[in-house]
Amino acid sequence: MNPANDSRSFLRDLDYSVLQQCIHCGMCLPSCPTYDATKREVSSPRGRIALMRAVADGEQPVSGHFSEEMYFCLGCLACQSVCPAGVNYEELIEAARAEVQRVRPNPSLSRKILLRWLFSSRARLRIAARLLWLAQRSGLEAFARRTGLIALLGKKMAELAPLSPRIETHFTPYGRFPARGPRKMRVGLLAGCVQDVAFASVNRDTIEVLQANGHEVVVPPAQQCCGSLHGHNGEHDLAVELARANLEAFPLEQLDAILVNSAGCGSFMKHYDQALANDSCHADRAAVWSGKVMDVSEFLMHTGLRTPKCAPLGATVTYHDACHLAHGQAIRGEPRQLLASIPGIDLRELKEADWCCGSAGIYNITHPDLAAELARRKLRNIQASGAKIVACANPGCAIQIDAEARRAGLPLVVRHPVSLLAEAYRREAPGA
Amino acid sequence: MSHEDFLEDLRRAAPGADLLDSPEDLLAYSFDGTPALRQKPLAVILPAETAHIPDILRAAVKHDVPVVTRGSGTGLSGGSVPAPGSLVLGTARLNRILELDAKNLTLRAEPGVTTLQIAEAAEAAGLFYPPDPGSMKISTIGGNVAENSGGLRGLKYGVTRDYVMGLKVALADGSVLETGNKCVKDVAGFSIKDLFVGSEGTLGVILEILLRLLPKPAAKRTMLASFPSMAAAAATVSEIIEQRIIPCTLEFLDKTTLRCVEDYAKVGLPLEAESILLMETDGHPAVVEAEAERMAELARKNGAIRLDLAKDDAEAARLSSARRSAFVALARLAPTTILEDVTVPRSRLVEMVEFIQDVARRRELKVGTFGHMGDGNLHPTFLANEKNPEEMKRVEEAFDEIFRKAIELGGTITGEHGVGLAKKAYLPLAIAPPALEFMRKIKRALDPEGVLNPGKIFDVS
Repeated sequence: MNPANDSRSFLRDLDYSVLQQCIHCGMCLPSCPTYDATKREVSSPRGRIALMRAVADGEQPVSGHFSEEMYFCLGCLACQSVCPAGVNYEELIEAARAEVQRVRPNPSLSRKILLRWLFSSRARLRIAARLLWLAQRSGLEAFARRTGLIALLGKKMAELAPLSPRIETHFTPYGRFPARGPRKMRVGLLAGCVQDVAFASVNRDTIEVLQANGHEVVVPPAQQCCGSLHGHNGEHDLAVELARANLEAFPLEQLDAILVNSAGCGSFMKHYDQALANDSCHADRAAVWSGKVMDVSEFLMHTGLRTPKCAPLGATVTYHDACHLAHGQAIRGEPRQLLASIPGIDLRELKEADWCCGSAGIYNITHPDLAAELARRKLRNIQASGAKIVACANPGCAIQIDAEARRAGLPLVVRHPVSLLAEAYRREAPGA
Repeated sequence: MSHEDFLEDLRRAAPGADLLDSPEDLLAYSFDGTPALRQKPLAVILPAETAHIPDILRAAVKHDVPVVTRGSGTGLSGGSVPAPGSLVLGTARLNRILELDAKNLTLRAEPGVTTLQIAEAAEAAGLFYPPDPGSMKISTIGGNVAENSGGLRGLKYGVTRDYVMGLKVALADGSVLETGNKCVKDVAGFSIKDLFVGSEGTLGVILEILLRLLPKPAAKRTMLASFPSMAAAAATVSEIIEQRIIPCTLEFLDKTTLRCVEDYAKVGLPLEAESILLMETDGHPAVVEAEAERMAELARKNGAIRLDLAKDDAEAARLSSARRSAFVALARLAPTTILEDVTVPRSRLVEMVEFIQDVARRRELKVGTFGHMGDGNLHPTFLANEKNPEEMKRVEEAFDEIFRKAIELGGTITGEHGVGLAKKAYLPLAIAPPALEFMRKIKRALDPEGVLNPGKIFDVS
């Protein structure tokens, strides 16, 4: 399909009331990291919405500046949490980015490689991850970094190299995992893409924790990336394609819930119904799907978590709110309650806990400077909390915070809340 | 001289400033928090130093370009909506707190510091800055001074003017004057600072503000009372004040607002109530305790259907959320939310609220009214759609009636939002010709070329 011939305009087709809901009161300004960094209205949520409205009204073209602003936005959705008028900013920014891709199809190399090739197929991603794993294990990567050979890949790659996650030896296992004890519920689990190759242990921990709470877990092998990286970055058609693949991969009728342990994925999967609303073959199934998607901490706290009976862990922990949990799904209490249920955890509240860490999907690749500034700010706050472990429920944040801690030479451990819980269950005396 | 020459002069005047003039930037500065008012400026400048502002003004005068000063653009009367062909002078980057003097209880700040930052800095020193306008998380202190902003604590603690001890101001000709100091008593000459407080950016550009702080009250009690009529709520307030109790908060919601709030926030408000009253008293713990009991008693005596007295901070926050979410709850119901701030003497408040409800009924409009019962400041909030010109016309007509009624009751057209553009047409209702002519004389004397925020509050000729 040639986008230039496609007369559909994402912004013009949008229900105008969504754009109009913004009363430009300015309450979003203090929540916005890009406004905070620039103090420019055009880089604020209400400024961007004004631009989108001008495009929808045909007063303003989709200019280069418009495109830059739409992608300068982190998509952290902090504005959505504080908006008095209840503006659905997520829908707006996704439509605006899709409009940019439609009108100005000028993909960068990172967009082509990451979104369209690597993250659009889990098979490709697993092969690429295996190659990276080989490089990491053989010492090739360390050698390249030490000798400066990595500079041959270009300055940008050399800077980004620390952000490449450590690939795990084993990826996520597929199949059915029985409940421990009498079965309460049967749930599906999304393995994710980054989560699958770099944090497969988090997926294994999630399966274990769910089993320990009496749930059967199904991890379908045919599942794909959830499409959030694409949907959040204007690749509307790819996102929809991936959503359809997942709808078909999961035995929806047999599952009480579809669980996800990555904030960004969950936020997007809950909106499959919107993404597929105009797809007559999939709309009904997508609506059922969206009704069943839950974040793993949300599910555990709402179905009654079994408190681990282990010796106190004796650790100071703080919790970083992933944007797509706190702002995208309004989930703040559940992960904290989950952590607080673990014996011997001194849970310290983090200053600016829900201020974006700068990972923001592929933002740390597209806008490394602001991303790095946000990472430093996050780390300063983590240090001030006195915690030695930071818990967060999103792989992007985990990579970002871990890389910043290593750069600063700080002995900080980044863990998923569910992994800390799994550890607590493992430490229980046999028969507990 | 060309546009390019003007920009070049600005760059020379303010090294390191952000100078913006792309169509996208101009669009983003074409509005403030006021509904349905839009005007693109010629350019926008965000200086990095207050010291550069006099030269920016000189450049503007030289090129005959009007200057509209802007803080965070949260105003509700169009005061910072650009004049046609104007330069927007944004203070967002001038955000340093320069000094907190704990011995004299003062704080000195640049104009772009947010009200919240002021309140937090005061609190960190065990002190208190009382004015708390609704947008205090982002509104700037410079904007607060220019608009003489109020807030929820007006009755007991007054408004922004009561906390301004001194100002440093750049005048239209680029000269700088300082007025006021840290002395509580000072009668050397005219109180010039009071001229600039509430002048809406028409007389000068505020470069620095010296604020008065108070000791932080040691205790606070919060309660929420529901009444079968607005009159019962008002009678409660009158009796509380007759008994010489001055609560720090006396906020009410009318029936429409309380239903919207309950729908949105699920605070557990009794839906059969006609009005609810949020009351707070603060001060010495023993006094606060006695006052809270007395206030509760008076509410019961006046027929309160229900009374919730907060046991702790968390519960106080929950009760306050009923009032704090009033605007939010209403704003979600319609694309365009038009919030006004007519004010009447406290004794005429019930009459005014009933009149507003009547106007809305007659003109087939949806309105929720909430506001400050202690100081007679009302926020009738009309829910409409700016894409519907016929409906917007009815809203305008409704406001016309409401403004006239407020004046008739001995009130004013605006209690805390300012006149700006939105209420300019109604100013002659509130201000008699001699006073209006006096204001014009001052404006002409201080800004003969009409460079500073022209067209706001009133026209000079």
